[in-house]
Amino acid sequence: MAGSTLRFSLLLAAAFAGRATALWPWPQYIQTSELRYTIFPQSFQFQYHLSSAAQVGCSVLDEAFQRYRDLLFGSVAFRFPHPIEKRHTSEKNSLVVLVVTPGCDQFPSLGSVENYTLTINDEQSLLLSETVWGALRGLETFSQLIWRSPEGTFYVNKTDIEDFPRFPHRGLLLDTSRHYLPLASILDTLDVMAYNKFNVFHWHLVDDSSFPYESFTFPELTKKGSYNPATHIYTAQDVKEVIEYARLRGIRVLAEFDTPGHTLSWGPGVPGLLTPCYSGSHPSGTFGPVNPALNNTYEFMSTFFLEISTVFPDFYLHLGGDEVDFTCWLLDIVSAYGKGYVVWQEVFDNKVKVRPDTIIQVWREEIPVKYVKELALVTRAGFRALLSAPWYLNHITYGPDWKEIYLVEPLAFEGSPEQKALVIGGEACMWGEYVDSTNLVPRLWPRAGAVAERLWSNKMVSNLDFAFKRLAHFRCELLSSPESRHTPHP
Amino acid sequence: MEQRGLGRLRLPGLLALLAGLVVQAALGTRRTQTPRLSASRDLNLWPLPLSVMTTPRLLYLSPRNDFFGHSPTSKAGPSCAVLQEAFRRYYDYIFGFYKWPLGSDNIPREMELQKLEVSVIMDPECDSFPSITSDESYTLLVKGPVATLTANRVWGVLRGLETFSQLIYQDSYGTFTANESNIVDSPRFPHRGILIDTSRHFLPVKTILKTLDAMAFNKFNVLHWHIVDDQSFPYQSISFPELSNKGSYSLSHVYTPNDVHTVIEYARLRGIRILPEFDSPGHTASWGKGQEDLLTPCYHAREPSGTFGPINPILNSTYSFLSKLFKEISTVFPDEFIHLGGDEVNFNCWKSNPAVLRFMRNKRFGKIEKLQSFYMQMVLDMISAMKKRSVVWQEVYDDEGELTPGTVVQVWKKQNFPMKLSQVTAAGFPVILSAPWYLDLISYGEDWRQYYSVKPLNFAGTPEQKQLVIGGEACIWGEYVDATNLTPRLWPRASAVGERLWSHQEVTDLEDAYRRLTRHRCRMVGRGIAAQPLFTGYCEHEGGM
Repeated sequence: MAGSTLRFSLLLAAAFAGRATALWPWPQYIQTSELRYTIFPQSFQFQYHLSSAAQVGCSVLDEAFQRYRDLLFGSVAFRFPHPIEKRHTSEKNSLVVLVVTPGCDQFPSLGSVENYTLTINDEQSLLLSETVWGALRGLETFSQLIWRSPEGTFYVNKTDIEDFPRFPHRGLLLDTSRHYLPLASILDTLDVMAYNKFNVFHWHLVDDSSFPYESFTFPELTKKGSYNPATHIYTAQDVKEVIEYARLRGIRVLAEFDTPGHTLSWGPGVPGLLTPCYSGSHPSGTFGPVNPALNNTYEFMSTFFLEISTVFPDFYLHLGGDEVDFTCWLLDIVSAYGKGYVVWQEVFDNKVKVRPDTIIQVWREEIPVKYVKELALVTRAGFRALLSAPWYLNHITYGPDWKEIYLVEPLAFEGSPEQKALVIGGEACMWGEYVDSTNLVPRLWPRAGAVAERLWSNKMVSNLDFAFKRLAHFRCELLSSPESRHTPHP
Repeated sequence: MEQRGLGRLRLPGLLALLAGLVVQAALGTRRTQTPRLSASRDLNLWPLPLSVMTTPRLLYLSPRNDFFGHSPTSKAGPSCAVLQEAFRRYYDYIFGFYKWPLGSDNIPREMELQKLEVSVIMDPECDSFPSITSDESYTLLVKGPVATLTANRVWGVLRGLETFSQLIYQDSYGTFTANESNIVDSPRFPHRGILIDTSRHFLPVKTILKTLDAMAFNKFNVLHWHIVDDQSFPYQSISFPELSNKGSYSLSHVYTPNDVHTVIEYARLRGIRILPEFDSPGHTASWGKGQEDLLTPCYHAREPSGTFGPINPILNSTYSFLSKLFKEISTVFPDEFIHLGGDEVNFNCWKSNPAVLRFMRNKRFGKIEKLQSFYMQMVLDMISAMKKRSVVWQEVYDDEGELTPGTVVQVWKKQNFPMKLSQVTAAGFPVILSAPWYLDLISYGEDWRQYYSVKPLNFAGTPEQKQLVIGGEACIWGEYVDATNLTPRLWPRASAVGERLWSHQEVTDLEDAYRRLTRHRCRMVGRGIAAQPLFTGYCEHEGGM
C-alpha cells in the first residue's frame, strides 16, 4: 500500500478541513475537494445500477438503504418543503449502487470481500463494490460524508474513495454470562459496530456465572443454569434475530461455548457433567471443569455441539479451551460437523495437537510471553492469529485510554511477511464482570472505535491529533443519530 | 462545629414523646455502642440506620391510595408540599414499579399493615429550605395495623420514608411484605454531598434531577454544584448575561434562572441543599469571554502575550463586578453557604504582569500567595457582608494568614489528607472531606470498597477537632463525564460514601455492605437509575435499563 498516497490524502484532509475529516475509520485512499453538491432529502434516493448484480429485492441492500435514509434524514425529511427550482448540476439526488457479484442471501464470512469505491463528481454518484458487504461499508462511508450547513441544507463534497479493510476479522466480544444483556443491548451494539465497520460479533454466551442460551436438545441447561429462566435467557428466536440483524449489517456471529473450564453454570442442568472435586478422599461438594473421563460427557458434547453447529451459520465456532486431552477430542467432534474453530491461546501454549487451519486468539498481555512474542510464535507455527491482548476494554483507567488502544500495531512482531499475513485481525473484548446494560454503551464507545480504525485503516494512519478530531466528531454523530440511545462516553 | 451538637440536642425532645424502649435504644447507641441489629440477615437497608430491631413477624401491606397519611397529632398536614409530594413518590417506589399482587384482599387482619402515619413534632419547616442544621432524625415503628413515622421536622420524615420503602419487599406470591420493626435513626455527619461539574461538560437539567433522585435514595443532602469553570460558563446571570452568552459552550448549553430554580426546588422537596460554587480567581477562563478586563493579561518578554490568567486582583472594577455577581448569587441560591473555590491558582501569569508586580510592591506583599489571600479575603468579606458563609478549597487555608472564622475548608488533596484534617481543625475551621472520594478517577474492579473503608475521623486531634468535620463529598469531576456516562459512573460507587457519612462509624463490615449494596443497586435500577453492577449477577427488575 502506498504510504505516499496516504500522506497525500491526509494533507488533503487537513487542507480542506471539510466534511472528510469526519470519517471513521479513515479510508485507504481518499481525495476530496471543496466543490460541493446539495442533497434534498425529499428527492434523494439510493438506486441500484442497471447492471448491478443486486437489484430491488436484495434484502441486505434494501434494508440498508432504508436504514441510511433514516439515519441521514430521519426526522427532517418531511419538514422541508420540496425545492421548486429546477435541477442543476450542483445537486445530487441519488447514490447509484453497483454490486458486481450476486449474493444477497448468504452470510458474511471470513473470506468476504469488503472493498468498495465511492465516486461523487459532476458526472456521477456511484458506489461500486465486489459484493453486497462492500456496498454496506461504502454506504456507511457515504453517510459520514454528508454534512449539514447551519441553515439545515445537506451537502456532499466532490469525493473519490477507494477503500478496503486492512484485516478481514474485526471483532467485538460481548459476555452475556457474567451479566445478562437484554436483546436490545445486543442489537444496539450491532448497529454501532456497523458504524465502525466491525464485522465479527464474538458472542461469549455462557460461562461459570450463568447459562442464558436456551438449548433445544438440553433445555435443562437454561432452566437450571440461567440467572432467571423466565427473563434472563436467549430463546432460539432471540438467537435467530441476532444472527439476521448482524447479517444485514455484514457482521458475522462467532458463537463461543467455552469448555472444559468456565462451565460451572452447565453443571446443574446436566448431572454428572462436571468433575466432582475431592478434599482428601471425600467429595467436597464442589465441582471443577467438565469431566473428560466419562463416556456420557463425550455423548453430551457431540449432541450439544451438533445443535450449536446448526444454530450458528458461521463456519467458525469459538471453543474456548485450555485443557489438553479434552480439547483434542472436542476439536475432532466439531470438525466432523464441518466447522472451523477458534480457540484461546492456551490451547496453543499447552501444545494441543490442532488442525493447521485453527485460529488462535491471543489474549494474555504478559504471560507466558509478551503478546507480541506470542503472535510471532503462533504464526511461526503456521497458525492464523487473532489479537485481543491489548484490547480488553473492560479494563478501565482514568483519562483518554483510547490513545493507547489506538496506537497498538498488530504486526509489530519479528516475523516473515508470511507470518504477518497469518494475523487475520483482532477483537475488542468487553468482559462482563462489571458490565451490564446500565454501563455497557458508554464503556464500549467510542473506545472500541479506536480498535475499529486500527483494524480497518492503513497502518500509517496513526496520528493522534487527527484521530482525536475525527473520533470526537464521530462520537457526537453517534449521539445525534435518530437512535439517540447509542450513548458513547466523552 | 456547633451545628452537629445542635442537631443532637434536639433529639431528646423528640424522644421524650416516644415509647421508653425507643428512647433507650436511641440514647444507648449514640456514640458508645455499635448499631443494634437483630434479624438483619435479610435487611436491604442502605445506608444502615443507627438502630434497627426487627422481629420475624410479617406484615402485609394493602396498597390503598391513602396508605400514607398524617397523624392527627402531627404539626404538618395536607398543606405541607414536601410531605404530600414525598407520599406520592414513595407510593410509586413501593407499589407502582412492580406487578400488582394477586389476592391482596385476603390478608388476615392481624397481619395487615394498612397505613403509615407520619407525625411531625415540632414546627415542620414545610416551606423552608434544608440547612446544615436541619434535623434529619426520625423514628419508624412498623407494626400492624398502622405504622408510625415520627420526626421533629419534615427532613427527618423524608429520610424515614426512604428507609420505610427499603423495608418493603414482595414475597413469592407478589404480596408487599415487611417485617415488624423498630428503627431509630439520625445521620453521623450533617454535610453529605455529591459534587457535579457542569462546566467541563454540560449536564442537562433532566440529568441533574435524576441525580437528586438517586441522592435521596442514599440519604445525601447536599448537591455541590460546580457550575462554572475554565471550559464553559453555563450559568445565566441576570446581572451579567454576557457571561453565558459568550462563555457557554452554546446557547443551548445554559442554565436559565428558571432551570436553576427548578433544580433548587426539586432538591428542597428531597431535603437536599444546593451549594453553588463559583470558583475564582483561577479556573475562570470562560468568565473572560463575557466580561472584559476581568482576567489578568499575561506577559511574555515585557509584552502582553495575548493570553489571560486568573481574575485580575488589582483592579477596583474586578471587585465591583464580583460584588454585583455574588449579590445575585446570594439571592438566587437560598443556601447559607456559597462555595468560592480558590483552588489551583496558576501564579505564573500574575508574576508576568508588570502592573500586578507593582501592586504587590506597593502593598508590600512578599510572596505571590499573599496576593491570592488578598483577593480571597476581599471576596470572603463580600460574602460575610451578604450574611452568607463561605466554603473554600484547601489551598485558601494553606495560603491564607487569617481566614474569616467559620469559613468551611474542603480538603481535596489525597496525599496525607489526615494530616491536613488535623491542621485545619486545629486552627478551628470546620472541614468537608473529599480527598479519598474523587469518583471521576476510575479503575478496574470493586473500587467502592476503598471508598467505603475510609475513616473520616481517623486523624490526630481532640474530640473538639473531630466535631469540626461536618461531613464529606463524593466528587465526580466532568473532564470525562457527561450525560452519557454520569449515572453508571456515579452509582452505586457514591453509595459507599453515602453510608460512610450517614451510618455509625462501626458499620464497616465489607461483606455485609456488599450484600446490602448489591440489592440497593438493584433497587435503584428498579427506580430508573442506571446504577452499574458491583460484580457478576443480576437484578429481578432490570426493565428499562
